[in-house]
Amino acid sequence: MLYINCPHCGMRSQNEFSYGGDASVKRPELNKEVSDQEWNNFVYNRKSLRGKHLELWQHISGCRQWIKVERDTATHEIFRTFKADEEVA
Amino acid sequence: MQKYSIFNLVKNAFSNHQNWDLAWKDPTPKEEYDVVIIGGGGHGLATAYYLAKEHNITKVAIIEKGWIGGGNVGRNTTIIRSNYMHDENGLFSEFGMDLWRKMSQDLNYNVMFSPRGIINLAHSDAQMNAYARRGNSMRLNGIDAVLLNREQVKEIIPMADFSDNVRFPIFGGLMQPSAGTARHDAVAWGYARQADSMGVDIIQNCEVIGFDVSAGKINGIRTSRGNIKAKKVGLCVAGSTNILAEKLNMTLPIETHLLQACVSEPIKPVLDNVVTFGAGHFYVSQSDKGEMVMGGDLDGYNSYAQRGNLPTLQHVLTEGIAMMPFLSKLKMLRTWGGIMDMSMDGSPIIDKTHIEGLYLNCGWCYGGFKATPASGWTFAHTIAQDRVHELNAGYSLNRFSTGHLIDEKGLGTKTWIS
Repeated sequence: MLYINCPHCGMRSQNEFSYGGDASVKRPELNKEVSDQEWNNFVYNRKSLRGKHLELWQHISGCRQWIKVERDTATHEIFRTFKADEEVA
Repeated sequence: MQKYSIFNLVKNAFSNHQNWDLAWKDPTPKEEYDVVIIGGGGHGLATAYYLAKEHNITKVAIIEKGWIGGGNVGRNTTIIRSNYMHDENGLFSEFGMDLWRKMSQDLNYNVMFSPRGIINLAHSDAQMNAYARRGNSMRLNGIDAVLLNREQVKEIIPMADFSDNVRFPIFGGLMQPSAGTARHDAVAWGYARQADSMGVDIIQNCEVIGFDVSAGKINGIRTSRGNIKAKKVGLCVAGSTNILAEKLNMTLPIETHLLQACVSEPIKPVLDNVVTFGAGHFYVSQSDKGEMVMGGDLDGYNSYAQRGNLPTLQHVLTEGIAMMPFLSKLKMLRTWGGIMDMSMDGSPIIDKTHIEGLYLNCGWCYGGFKATPASGWTFAHTIAQDRVHELNAGYSLNRFSTGHLIDEKGLGTKTWIS
């Protein structure tokens, strides 16, 4: 069982959360020409890192907020959690 | 190579079976090969075998980080089927079914292929319609499919829950009678033994740490046991695809996820088909040892852990008990996990890459085991001829940017419902 420290609600079990994938992926800017390759990278291509991975989760059975979680994909250890709009240093 | 036969079995009995040849050797890596296959799983071993058998290329090495049969080829639930709707998947898998049927003879190794049939259960009228459509598509591609009504399903699997007061009543099902199971370890060992006998070097405990690429062309690989030159390199590493892609500065439409399976204690024969639950993601079959072999959803988040987490297992088995209530009486014997190369449309990739001489085989999601022979056969063709075969033409890497996705049933990196 993973325990995720929701920045809004505190420590909760993974059963309350839904996974949203890599949080480092950025949508191409709207008011600018976007190539097929850029769309492809945004929609499909992922690094899927082994080790520290910054990812989105939604506290779906709690406050329903999206949050960012820094987690190790090899050990499942969770280091830090952030609000969705929080900058990650 | 010593043939496995009744005569050799009797002959070796006189020497207490002490004089059998080793099934494959343990060579030290040579300086150079025509083809290096990275990944000694089912697909890698099959690729090497078909390179030697079909294309007469025998200066081949398989580079394996761990040991033969220790990865997903030894961690799956052994199901073999071709019950796909889309032409790309259907024709590819049905080609594989033919190789499965001949495999034990072909490899001189009993892979215990057991075409016991697979039944996908339907739990609504809409799902019956969808299955009728898929069944018709299958038959158009020459694959056997039978649409069963509730009574027919009840006759085959009376132990499923046919009571009146259930959340997901069984309306019927789609059966592929020629689908089945095989002994997964035997598949790996059989391919390894034959490949080795034709001159392929199977190099275990050898990790790839880098690639030697210059002017857009592959020249070789760097490994924990030294540098190896190669004219062509095939990547066949399932859940480690992203790790090697990073060393090549490639970003792929693949995420690595964790998939669990489990077996119950062995019981007397009760289930002689593979059965899947239609209102979620759960499947079950009974092994020759009597264990109920079960599996279902991904754990749902990126993982390289090769071990599972309890909430998903609980979720999957809840579906199993809803389908066949007697499963709740059984004790769990083992659970395990493997890391899957989940592609974004749920279909695999067997293709050339932008680097000359580098070939990619990945994205097998939930269905890697059954694809072993067809994957090896088409990947060997793609490597040997430097062009894709018509069977794997749809499994291209650029289909994601051109929009030619093969979306069989909405499966990909996301779990069915999350």
